[in-house]
Amino acid sequence: MRYLKKVLAITVKDLLLEAHTKELTPAMLVFSLIVIVIFNFSFEPGMQNADIITPGILWIAFVFAGMLGFARSFAKEHEQESIRGLMLAPVDHSAIYLGKTLSNLVFLFCVEIISVLVFGIFFNINIFPIIPGLAVVLGLATPGFVAVGTLYAAMAANIRLREILLPVLLFPIIVPVLIAAVKITGSVFKGQPLSDVSGWLNLLVAYNGIFIVVGVLTFEYVIEE
Amino acid sequence: MDNDGNVIIRIEGLTKSFGHTRALKGIDLTVRSGEFWLIFGPNGAGKSTLIGILATLLKQTKGKLTIDGIHLGNDIIELRRKIGVISHQTFLYGDLTAYENLFFYGRLYGVDNLKTKIPRMLAEMGLEDWADERVRNFSRGMQQRLTIARALLHRPSILLLDEPGTGLDQHATRHFYRLLDDLHSQKRTILMTSHNLTIGLEKCTHLAILTGGRIVFSARKAELDGKDFEEIYFHYTEKERK
Amino acid sequence: MKKIDIAVFVLGILTFLAISLSLYMAFIYTPLEKTMGAVQKIFYFHLPLAWIGFLAFFIVFLGGVLYLITGSIKWDNLAYSSAEIGVIFSTLVLVTGSIWAKRAWNTWWTWDPRLTTMLILWMIYVGYLMMRNAIDNVERRAKISAVIGIAGFVDVPIVFMAIRWWRTMHPLLITSKGMGLAPSMLTTLFVSLASFTLLYLYLLLIRVRLGLAVNTAEEIKIRLSDKL
Repeated sequence: MRYLKKVLAITVKDLLLEAHTKELTPAMLVFSLIVIVIFNFSFEPGMQNADIITPGILWIAFVFAGMLGFARSFAKEHEQESIRGLMLAPVDHSAIYLGKTLSNLVFLFCVEIISVLVFGIFFNINIFPIIPGLAVVLGLATPGFVAVGTLYAAMAANIRLREILLPVLLFPIIVPVLIAAVKITGSVFKGQPLSDVSGWLNLLVAYNGIFIVVGVLTFEYVIEE
Repeated sequence: MDNDGNVIIRIEGLTKSFGHTRALKGIDLTVRSGEFWLIFGPNGAGKSTLIGILATLLKQTKGKLTIDGIHLGNDIIELRRKIGVISHQTFLYGDLTAYENLFFYGRLYGVDNLKTKIPRMLAEMGLEDWADERVRNFSRGMQQRLTIARALLHRPSILLLDEPGTGLDQHATRHFYRLLDDLHSQKRTILMTSHNLTIGLEKCTHLAILTGGRIVFSARKAELDGKDFEEIYFHYTEKERK
Repeated sequence: MKKIDIAVFVLGILTFLAISLSLYMAFIYTPLEKTMGAVQKIFYFHLPLAWIGFLAFFIVFLGGVLYLITGSIKWDNLAYSSAEIGVIFSTLVLVTGSIWAKRAWNTWWTWDPRLTTMLILWMIYVGYLMMRNAIDNVERRAKISAVIGIAGFVDVPIVFMAIRWWRTMHPLLITSKGMGLAPSMLTTLFVSLASFTLLYLYLLLIRVRLGLAVNTAEEIKIRLSDKL
């Protein structure tokens, strides 16, 4: 219980920081929207493959926005070396990992929700009937992505070339999430029931479970000096 | 636990290597409860490394380290409760207010009654008017005072200070060392590193010189009366420079 | 001579013999395949290369785990050595696979699950090596390498399954390399498998020995500068 309280303290601290500075979420949102708009210009309007491509565009936007957020979240901890302050606390260091994963998750969820609404407008897709399906795919795919992203962002935090390294390291690992998320989203856009993609949903659940465990177990080594 | 004369920190053969570079080459030190150790050394001597290991931030390569009866390696989490660390970095969040910073650290350490303790702490540091001001707007001296508040919030019995005087102007430095006096009189054990010979000498109880990864000199300050510590310091550090 | 030098020497001879044998068997002993001709013989190397690519990454994973448990840098040395060799073998897999695909199906690339998974693994290798270049602190580099190795190793099977499911939904015109194998072909394949494994071990040992020597040199340098 005490452990959980400290995890939440870290999450709340991150949320409070963001509430004060509003640095992270607007930047992530703008980035996400830019990606969506640029893709729109890459394709002819009314193209045949639109419903195959549009889920992909959405998730690529989320991936890029997410990586921006993860990297900045740890950059904040190096300003006055507050990461050391966190490491001095009487709690297992995995609490830092979970606390930050949760706050990153909140930020990315906000960006995703707004992006989906804007996306619906741009691509003339009626969002409202498919909200439950979208909620499921966002709710299942995002945690796994954020769990891995937070771990890798901590690794890249004070390395040379961190801006190029984070994407290079992260992309191979999130391929399963990307494939599953795009598949499910595409199916949701077509109005199909979720039972059609139950295999992909299970994949996401398994992925989330596995990588949160990996994160919790290995985070300690990533932030040690 | 904290009886007078009881050993609080026992360091035996502490070695720390970074890759193949040995930053600490076998440190032996015994610190008793209530003592105030001032450890001098030139840059690169290993002072920050020593503090880092005592603070549980770094793992030693070799050697035995016992703090308040707890072997470093077991039950590190309990140990962290008893230690407060002040470094030249503040560990504070510039975009949070003084109150929010202390509240966060209070939560991290499981301190209760924060709503009463924090205002009291801020008042002790002369920062009560700045409780809702963002730390980014604080002067360096004020940040240092808030850092002390952060370090003391959970009432640690051991204080580790790593060159805390860095970046402070004369006025702030004076204020800081006055505070240090108060801290010591509250029966805390203090270990402070510094490379500045002029400050802190009056307050400490024990002196040591760390150079080239080794402790080459250590004594009770009382024994040094009459001898010029500065001379001793240059003598030992000149040797290393050759 | 140290034990490792003896091992390298013996392994070197064995590897030379084994590779020679498999080259002979692949090019001379086995018949020329009807439809594809000589290019089909890539198969005898492509599969073993792929096997080594995965084996090498398993060693990267193992080395990382053992480093985290023991703290002994020699396990990191093993992991890094295996990664350097593994990336070369993986590159060769992709290249040979590409040549095969062009000849067999007139396309340079196929999103076949096995090949694609190897591509992802190749990317993980590259990221691993890039990251190592970006950190100077020996212990931090070893720890982060270990975590990347572990996360990567856990990921690869999931990637394979995901891509396979993905592919079955769009039936491929191109199916994987299931074809009728004459017995001589099968034997050649196994010999090739064994000889490439030996090659991997040989290269690994040389690289590990080099790594140990570099470590020792660093140590001596530091000890000397201490004395001065």
